[in-house]
Amino acid sequence: MSLMDIGAVELGKKISSGEVSAVDAAKDALAQIGKVEKDVNSYVTVLDEAAIIKRAEEVQQGIKDGIYSGPLAGVPVAIKDNMCTEGILTTCSSKILNNFKPMYTAEAVINLEKSGAVIIGKTNMDEFAMGSTTETSYYGPTHNPWKLDHVPGGSSGGSCAAVAANECSYALGSDTGGSIRQPSSFCGVTGIKPTYGTVSRYGLIAYGSSLDQIGPIAKNVSDCAAILETIASYDPKDSTSVKRDSYNFSEALTDDVKGMRIGIPKDYFGEGLDDEVKSAVLAAVDVLKDKGAVVEEFDLSLVEYAIPAYYVIASAEASSNLARFEGVKYGYRAEEYEGLHNMFKKTRSEGFGAEVKRRIMLGSFVLSSGYYDAYYLKALRTKALIKQAFDKAFEKYDVIIAPAAPTTAPAIGDSLSDPIKMYLGDIYTISVNLAGLPGISVPCGIDSKGLPIGIQMIGDCFNENKIIQTAYAYEQTREYVSCGLCR
Amino acid sequence: MSKEYEVVIGLEVHVELATKTKIFCGCSTEFGGAPNTHTCPVCTGMPGSLPVLNKQVVEYAASVGIATNCKINQNCKFDRKNYFYPDNPQNYQISQLYQPICINGGVEIETEKGGKKTVGIHEIHMEEDAGKLIHDEWGESSLVDFNRSGVPLIEIVSEPDMRSADEVIAYLEKLRMIIQYLGASDCKLNEGSMRADVNLSVREKGASEFGTRTETKNLNSFKAITHAIENETARQIDIIESGGKVVQETRRWDDTKEYSYPMRSKEDAQDYRYFPEPDLVPIVISDEWLEDIKSRQPEFRDAKMARYAEEFDIPEYDIDIITGHKKLADIFEQTVALGANPKKVSNWLMVETMFLLKERGQSPEDVSFSPENLAKLIKLADSKTINNNVAKEVFAKIFDEDIDPEKYVADNGLGAVSDEGELKAVVEKVIAANPKSVEDIKAGKVKAMGFLVGQTMKEMKGKADPGTVNAILKEHFKEYM
Amino acid sequence: MANIISDETIEYVGILAKLELSDEEKEQAKKDMGSMLDYIDKLNELDTSGVEPMSHVFPVNNVFREDVVTNGDDREAILSNAPEEKDGSFVVPKTFD
Repeated sequence: MSLMDIGAVELGKKISSGEVSAVDAAKDALAQIGKVEKDVNSYVTVLDEAAIIKRAEEVQQGIKDGIYSGPLAGVPVAIKDNMCTEGILTTCSSKILNNFKPMYTAEAVINLEKSGAVIIGKTNMDEFAMGSTTETSYYGPTHNPWKLDHVPGGSSGGSCAAVAANECSYALGSDTGGSIRQPSSFCGVTGIKPTYGTVSRYGLIAYGSSLDQIGPIAKNVSDCAAILETIASYDPKDSTSVKRDSYNFSEALTDDVKGMRIGIPKDYFGEGLDDEVKSAVLAAVDVLKDKGAVVEEFDLSLVEYAIPAYYVIASAEASSNLARFEGVKYGYRAEEYEGLHNMFKKTRSEGFGAEVKRRIMLGSFVLSSGYYDAYYLKALRTKALIKQAFDKAFEKYDVIIAPAAPTTAPAIGDSLSDPIKMYLGDIYTISVNLAGLPGISVPCGIDSKGLPIGIQMIGDCFNENKIIQTAYAYEQTREYVSCGLCR
Repeated sequence: MSKEYEVVIGLEVHVELATKTKIFCGCSTEFGGAPNTHTCPVCTGMPGSLPVLNKQVVEYAASVGIATNCKINQNCKFDRKNYFYPDNPQNYQISQLYQPICINGGVEIETEKGGKKTVGIHEIHMEEDAGKLIHDEWGESSLVDFNRSGVPLIEIVSEPDMRSADEVIAYLEKLRMIIQYLGASDCKLNEGSMRADVNLSVREKGASEFGTRTETKNLNSFKAITHAIENETARQIDIIESGGKVVQETRRWDDTKEYSYPMRSKEDAQDYRYFPEPDLVPIVISDEWLEDIKSRQPEFRDAKMARYAEEFDIPEYDIDIITGHKKLADIFEQTVALGANPKKVSNWLMVETMFLLKERGQSPEDVSFSPENLAKLIKLADSKTINNNVAKEVFAKIFDEDIDPEKYVADNGLGAVSDEGELKAVVEKVIAANPKSVEDIKAGKVKAMGFLVGQTMKEMKGKADPGTVNAILKEHFKEYM
Repeated sequence: MANIISDETIEYVGILAKLELSDEEKEQAKKDMGSMLDYIDKLNELDTSGVEPMSHVFPVNNVFREDVVTNGDDREAILSNAPEEKDGSFVVPKTFD
C-alpha cells in the first residue's frame, strides 16, 4: 500500500501520531512520480529528492517539537506553477518564464509551509492558466490518469492529475473561469473555488485579477475543508483580500442535509449537456433529496451571456497583466532583435504560445480606443446582471447544483482546433467567477468510456460551509474511486 | 505678421508627493541612492506582486484639491494606463482617469497688467512615477533604475486658461506656494519633484474655436518653460502663416539647443486602453474624513501675512518677501520662537540669506540651515560677543554648513575683545605710532580719529568692537573735542 | 462572420500588444478575433441600460497602508532574474525619447 492512496487529513493523522513519518509519505509520493510521471506529465518541476527529504525530516522534527500541529503537517503537496515559490522555478507553463526563480513565495504557499507542508513540485497547467485542457503548456500536455489519451481538463490539469494519479496527497490550483472545478471533475477528484478574496492572491501570477482565486484540490471534501482552512487568510498585501468572520470550514463536515434548499437551474441542464453527465448529476441530486434536502428547479437566466462577458473581462485584464513580460526584468529574452521595441515584440512573440497571444490580442482590442464602451463596459454591466441573478437565486436556495462541465474529458487534440467550442466547455463554471461565488466539484460517477463525472455545488458569497456540508453529505454515500494508475 | 494671434495654454503639472514611502509599497522615496536599492517586487513589476495604496497619498492629494478650490470626489478609483516603456516595470501605470480625486477647481493669479484672473483646474489625479533610464553615451544600451518607480505623484490638469508665458509662471508659482505651504511636496523643478507639460495652441485673436494643440515635455525650469512657450508659439504661427496645419503631437524640449522636436515613433499608438485597476479597491472619502483633512489644512499665505502684521513689528515689505516662501516663513517663525528679535531675524533672511542664495544660484526652497543656529548667531551679535563683520562671516558658514556659531566662534577665536584694559593698551600703542594723526586731532580735525579706529581694528584683527574703540579714543582726546 | 477584421486592425493591435505575428498567424488571428467578436456580440441582445458596470463584486473600500518604510535594499534578489544586468541596473537596448 502507498501512503498516497489515502486522503491528506488521514495521512496527516498517521504522521502526527507517529504511525508513519513525513519522510515515508514524501518517499511514497516520489515513488509514484517515478512510476507514472512519464505518462501523465503532471509536473513542470519535481523538486530535488534530497531537498524534499530534508524538508520532510525538518517537518517531522517540527511536529515532535510542537511547531507544526495542523492536520496537514508532513503531508506532501503539489503547487500549480503559477504560484511564486522563492528560489524554485515558476513558469506558468510558459516559455517566457522558462528560467524564472521568484524572490518570494506566494502568501497561500507560505500559509501551507507554516503548517508543515512538504512541497513535492510545481504542476503543469495551461499556459498562464488560459485554457481548459492543459494542452497549451510549453512543457507538453498533461494526460488524464484515467485515460492517458484524454485531457485532464484545465487549467489546473497538472494539479488534478497529480492528485488523481497519487503523485501527491493534495494540490493547490487556481480558478479564473472553472480551472479548479472542471479538471477536478475530469480527473475524479474534489476541488473548491473559494469566494473571491478568501485566499490571498499575493504571489499568484495574475491572469484575470478580478476573477482569479486559489483553491484546494484533493481526494475528498474533508481534505479540501482542511486545506482551505490552512491557505485562507486576510492578507494586507492583497487589497482585494476580505476579512472573513470565520475561517472554520471543517465545522461544516456534518452528514446532514435535512431542509437544505437546493436549486437546480433548468438552463444548466438543456442543450449541449452530455446525457451520461446529466443523469449522473441528477442521480446525485436524488441522493441528496433522499437525505432530506428540498430540491426545486428554477430559471437562473443569463447563462449564455456569461461566457462572452467572461472572455471580454478576462482577456482585457490578461492583456494588461501579461504586459510585464518583455524580457527586461526576468524570464526569456529573444536572442536576435533590433532595438528596444523589436526586442519587446520578438521576446513576446517567441515567448508566448498561440492561445495566450489570441487572448492578449482580443483583450488589447476590446480595450482600444472606440471599443471600450461597447465591449468592456458592456461586459461589466452583464457581470452586474449575472451577480443580481445569483443574488435573487440565493434568496430562495442554500445551494445551486449543476454539472461541472457539459461532458467528460475530451481526447487530447480535440479541443484546441475550435476555440469557441473549448470556451463553451466552461459554461457551468464561469458565472461563478464573474459573481465571486464559491463552488465545489465532487465526483459523482464514471461514464461509459471510463471517465469521471463531477457535480458542482455553488454557494452564495462567504457561504462555503453550505456547499461543503452538502458535498460532504453526498460523499458519505459513495466510496472514493481511484484511477487505474493507482492500483 | 499680417494677423494678430492669441496663444492658449493649459498645463499638466506633475508633483512628487513628500511621502516617506512609495504609493503602492513600503520602499523609501528618498532621493539618490545606488540604482535599484529602493525597490521591491511591487515597484519592479515582479509577477504575482500586488499594490496597496499609501493612505498619506490620498490625504496629500485631497489637501491640494481643497487648497485649490476643487470639489473632492468622495468616491474615486484607480485605473490602469497601458503602454510599453522600459522605465514602466509593469508596462502599465496605475493612474486615475474615470474618477479622479479632485475636479473643478481653480487658483487666482496676478496678471502682468496688475489684474487678477482665475486659472481653472480641470482635475487632480493620483498616480505612480516611472523609473529612470540612464543612457550610455557611447554604448548600445540604456540602464534601468527603478528607485523612482512608484514614487507618488499628483497630476494637476489646468483648463486652457492661460494666455502668456508670464501667466503660466504666475500659475506655477501659485501652485508651488500652495503645495509647499501644505508640505505636500518640496516642488523643486530642477530635481523633478515638480514638472510641467505645456499644452499650447494659437488662434486668431477673437476666434471662438481653439487651434490644434501640441504638448511639450521635459521642461525643468521656469526659464525653459518660458523659452519653450515662446518657441512653440512662433513655430505654430509660422506653420499657420505659411498655410500649413499644426499637427497634434507630443514634443520634447531640448534645453541646451533651445528647440523642441516630436517625441513619438510609430511604435507608440498613444492608445492607453484605460480600464479600472482590478487590484485596488475604490476609495470612499467620508464627510468625516474630508472634514478632518480640512481641519488640518495649514495657515496659508494671506492668513500668515495678516498674522505677521499683527504679531511682529516688521515692515510690510519684509512680510511679503518672507511669506513668499514657506521655507523662509518657517525659519522666521521658528527662530523668533527661540527668542530672537523678529526684525533682526527678518534682516538676516532679507539681506544675507537672499544675497547668498543669489550668489550660490539657489532658491529659497534650498535653504537648509537650522533656526537654532540663526538664533544663536543673533544672540552673539546682540551681546557684542562678535561684531557685525564677523557675524556675516559666521552666517555664511551657517548658510552653507549649518555650523553651531557658538562653537565656531570659540574654536576660531573670533570673539570680540571687550576687555577695556587690553583695548586701551592697543589704542595707546596706535596713538604712539601715529603722531601725525594725533596732531591733526589736536588741531581740531576730528575726522582723523576714524583713521585711528581703523588702525586699532587692524591691530586687533577685526575682533574689537568699533564702538568701544571709538569710546576709548574719545575719552583719550576729550580735552580737544 | 459579421465581424471582419482588417489587416490594419491586426497590425494596430499588434503594436498595442507588442506582438509580431507571422503572415500565417495574422490570417489566423483575423479569423479568431472575428469569430470571438461575433460570439461576444451576443451581449448586445441584453438590455443593460441603467445598469452600473461592476468591476469589483464586493463593496470593499479604503484598503490602505500606513506611510512607513518596510522595505530595505533587496537589489541582488531584484536583479537575480534579469536577462542582462550592469552596474546594479537592468539593461535594455538603447532608447531615446
